[in-house]
Amino acid sequence: MTNERPTTLLAELTHRCPLHCPYCSNPIDLLRAEREIGTEDWKRVFTQARELGVLQLGLSGGEPMIRKDLEELAAHARGLGLYSTLVTSGLGLTRKRAEALRDAGLEHVQISIQDSDPESAERIAGTSSVKQKQAAIALVKELGFAFSINVVLHRANLDRVGEIIDMAADYGADRLELANTQYYGWGLRNRAALMPRREQVVRAKEIAEERIQRYKGRMQMLFVLPDYFEDTPKACYGGWGRFYIVVSPDGKALPCHGAYVIDSLEMPNVREHSMEWIWHESPAFNAFRGDSWVKEPCPGGPDKAETAGGCRCQAMALTGDATNADPVCSRSPYRYLIDAALLESEGPAEYVYRQVPAAPAAVPETV
Amino acid sequence: MVAISLEAVPRLWRLARIEYDPARRRPVLLYPEGAVLLNETGRAILELVDGTRSVARIAAELSERYQTDVTEDVTEYLSRLAERELIQ
Ligand SMILES: C[S@@+](CC[C@H](N)C(=O)[O-])C[C@H]1O[C@@H](n2cnc3c(N)ncnc32)[C@H](O)[C@@H]1O
Ligand code: SF4
Repeated sequence: MTNERPTTLLAELTHRCPLHCPYCSNPIDLLRAEREIGTEDWKRVFTQARELGVLQLGLSGGEPMIRKDLEELAAHARGLGLYSTLVTSGLGLTRKRAEALRDAGLEHVQISIQDSDPESAERIAGTSSVKQKQAAIALVKELGFAFSINVVLHRANLDRVGEIIDMAADYGADRLELANTQYYGWGLRNRAALMPRREQVVRAKEIAEERIQRYKGRMQMLFVLPDYFEDTPKACYGGWGRFYIVVSPDGKALPCHGAYVIDSLEMPNVREHSMEWIWHESPAFNAFRGDSWVKEPCPGGPDKAETAGGCRCQAMALTGDATNADPVCSRSPYRYLIDAALLESEGPAEYVYRQVPAAPAAVPETV
Repeated sequence: MVAISLEAVPRLWRLARIEYDPARRRPVLLYPEGAVLLNETGRAILELVDGTRSVARIAAELSERYQTDVTEDVTEYLSRLAERELIQ
């Protein structure tokens, strides 16, 4: 049980996506369309989430524009008083749909961009997308949405962070999120090709800090540090089961978008349980609440209160046990895994592109 | 923190809006990727932040309403919101 109320729901409406970003944090086992829950399921989830106290809704994926019921879902969310953000690559955001979304009461659109250099952007996305993104951005501005840009940073684009920031300001973004790659899902699979060199990170941070001042009052900027280069792990996003709920395309509720790797926990499904039960009663959401579960080397450590063992999903993905300390911690016996990964920045940058599996071939009938 | 001047005429950030939250039984300020729960004082102040009233005028109106000089509370509250770029 917890007295706290969730504030944010991330609805991953689909895993389908026209892009193939190698950094994508979505799981390797992407769900095909037929596994997705329906319009009424999502509406019920939004209503129950609102009753629990959720204020912010992210409509994400995969590419949420692929869902034909997106306008209907946005209207339902607005009717509940939720503040909704469409988290999109921009592909599929045509004038007709953008206007329908505005009429539905959607307030905020976040478009992700791969790079300021078009050629590099196309290579990272694994498909042509730059022109379509530019058109989508123009529409978002014209229709008066609150507008954010998100750029995932890694070896191939970090050296252009200054140009990327200037480009976002030229596009008229109200907010810019510069997120150094978090190594989940496809991002972890591609870690060797994405890992930057330390000098790149240090330089990019300096440039970002200078630009934060320069654009103050015009564009809000957020620079998410790459935790591998730190000695203390990042605290879990807001804390496990404290503010955040993610619902996957097939209706699984998770405390974090990285938590599907923790297969020791059974994530409750919104088809079978209410959001109320999921938040307060489900074993998965209670598993790492508080810090009583934290074990060596954390107890008594000076950082325990702040980071409480770091990221559970990263501990699971890298050490195979979600109750271990996050290996980013310099006191973790697994820190060598991080140090070894940092050396990957010297390797070749060949990507394994993100792909939803094709439909299984029909098994020929045996007679 | 830079204190907001009494002559300033603040308005809410274009992207923020006030909504009542029935779950917490409190008004909240909502904006992209964030929310601030408001107490009664906060709500009373923000209701007067409309892009026409100066800080001095907001303070005067509230001092009148509460029958005590609240100028310091008002400037401090608005300075904090300005620092977070929630008012302009
Ligand atoms: C998974 S995407 C889904 C929405 C949409 N397809 C898009 O890319 O904008 C959600 C957001 O996470 C960001 N993102 C994806 N992979 C990431 C990673 N490994 N680390 C940090 N952010 C990531 C994307 O840039 C996007 O803003
Ligand atoms: S990050 Fe890229 S691949 Fe992943 S869902 Fe978004 S656009 Fe698609």
